[in-house]
Amino acid sequence: MAEEKPKNPDRREFLKKSAAVAGATLLPGMIGAKTHYASDEWYAMLYDATRCIGCKSCTVACKRVNNLPPETEYDGIHDMAMDLSAKTKTIIKLYKSKNGEFSFVKRQCMHCVHPACVSACPVSAMRKDMKTGIVFWDPSRCIGCRYCMVACPFEIPKFEWDKAIPHIVKCDMCKDTYLKEKGTTACADVCPTGAIVFGKRYELLFEAKKRIREHPERYHPKVYGERDAGGTSVFYLAPKGISFEDLGFPDLEESPARISESIQHGIYEIVIPPFLTVGALYLVLKRSKKEED
Amino acid sequence: MLEDTRYEVVKGRIFTKTFMIFTFFVALMVILLGIRFFKGLGAVTNLSDGYPWGIWIAYDVVVGSALGCGGYALAILIYILNKKEFSPLMRSALLTGALGYTMAGFSVIIDLGRYWNTYGFFVPSRWNPSSVLFEVAVCIMAYTLVIWVELTPAVAERTGWDRRKVEKVVMIAAVLGLILPTLHQSSLGSIHLISLGKLHPLWHSGFLPLYFLSSVILMGYAVTSAESLLSSMYFGRPYETPLLKKLTTYMVYIGFAWILMRFLELLLWGKLPLVFKSGLYSVMFWIEIALFLVPSYMLWKLRGELTPRKIFVYSIIYLFAGALYRFNVYLIGWNPGDNWVYFPSFMETLITLGIISFEFLIYLAFVKTFPVLPAKEV
Repeated sequence: MAEEKPKNPDRREFLKKSAAVAGATLLPGMIGAKTHYASDEWYAMLYDATRCIGCKSCTVACKRVNNLPPETEYDGIHDMAMDLSAKTKTIIKLYKSKNGEFSFVKRQCMHCVHPACVSACPVSAMRKDMKTGIVFWDPSRCIGCRYCMVACPFEIPKFEWDKAIPHIVKCDMCKDTYLKEKGTTACADVCPTGAIVFGKRYELLFEAKKRIREHPERYHPKVYGERDAGGTSVFYLAPKGISFEDLGFPDLEESPARISESIQHGIYEIVIPPFLTVGALYLVLKRSKKEED
Repeated sequence: MLEDTRYEVVKGRIFTKTFMIFTFFVALMVILLGIRFFKGLGAVTNLSDGYPWGIWIAYDVVVGSALGCGGYALAILIYILNKKEFSPLMRSALLTGALGYTMAGFSVIIDLGRYWNTYGFFVPSRWNPSSVLFEVAVCIMAYTLVIWVELTPAVAERTGWDRRKVEKVVMIAAVLGLILPTLHQSSLGSIHLISLGKLHPLWHSGFLPLYFLSSVILMGYAVTSAESLLSSMYFGRPYETPLLKKLTTYMVYIGFAWILMRFLELLLWGKLPLVFKSGLYSVMFWIEIALFLVPSYMLWKLRGELTPRKIFVYSIIYLFAGALYRFNVYLIGWNPGDNWVYFPSFMETLITLGIISFEFLIYLAFVKTFPVLPAKEV
């Protein structure tokens, strides 16, 4: 141990003050959940259900580009995925109402603004690229706990149940494949009717709203994904008379990660410090009492 | 501290018939684990993309670690409320806890798809403080270590290690033993805050951490009572009736408070109609409430005239209450969409049975090797 130096009162005062300032600036920022904003530059996709003809070219292109095997369990000669799976990152589904109205709907990762999977992942294997907005999975970190699957409100991340070395599989906007080579996603590029458009988030949101404004008789008045689940980077336009719940989307005002983070952080920052303070005081009192005795 | 209490080694052979039956189940588990590790999780479980977590998480980890909270619950009485008379129960409660937590950790490793990356918890650049599971994992790992350290006096008495050195470490462990379970047991509830929209509103609530924490303390007392009575019976030792009677008082308090909190929340958040309108969920809700209510009412009514048998029965009912509540949150009330179903497979269940058997195995061997159970009054 170093020799005790006489303490400089000015220096002590300074340390005290700077600690107070640091505390005052850091604390409010730490309490509660961070607000998550979307960047204008983020990549996005717009799916217009009124333009989709259900040809499933997108599913085929996605499998080809991303090296995904077919699902031929049904009869051995059809690639017939019933839902998203570890072999199918995007799928076209069909909703049919009782009175015969119908609509196709494409499903894939929504690339949320405040993704529940990213918030849930204990080892930061699921991350959001803050430049592109792409939510991606990092095999070098993933421990396979599957909390991302539990957390995702859209049921997107899938797991390879039949593998000894399993992967989590979900759309990453062709980040290492098509996007790298062609600057767009495979599904958007092959779509023959322009039902899927790839672009910047703000442009596509603008475009979606424009379509509703110009043809209110054709569209459901809402763009799904603008604010739903805290906002997404994949937007949906539904035909008039069909709701997004019909198409299988959850009605969530904010990201499920928000309530989780605010309560979890709240427990750490609001409940624990008083207990620690009381505990410390108790120890001090006990000690001084001992000395008295 | 604990050192005022005297403990003794249980006499008898380790390799008994019971021991062998447990060994059989453990052997069976080892074979099934071979399939799991070579063919993937799907080969032995009924897990699916809709239900990524099954009984290995809901039972082995969540209920299993709750059953390991006897030492924590007693520590609250002994160190915080200063009820030193409960000290004789502490050591065996710690042993059950150490085993419960170790087995919970073991189950996690089996359940993790990419277990070889688990070292990431020790790589700061990978930490994600937003993740409730991150906190749970770190706290559970730390507590498993702490609880074994808390048991070292038992080993020290047998092996003749320096008691003073041991006591110092144990003091630190005792403090951590109060903080860590408070954090992770409440967080086992917080884990499903993010299941907004998937977990039925009868269970999804901002109070999840509070419900989990309070019920785990109740389960801690219940498991301590049950374990004490069971080991007294099995090893032919005197029952700790007067002490356990006192313990029931705390169970009753928490039991009633828990039910009250639950209904108060449902009332204030306008969810009360759901308790009748939710079909199967309503039924499960009422069974859960009944399992908390019946032992609380009976223990309160019988206060003076409690026999060891009655304490045992109502403690076990409390354990079922806490376990069902956890199952309701983790599996039954958790619905990812109507196209998904989950019921554990035979092999999945056998692996869980193997893990429980392993726990009993070590318990039997440990109490016959080290002084854990309270010494008989001479």
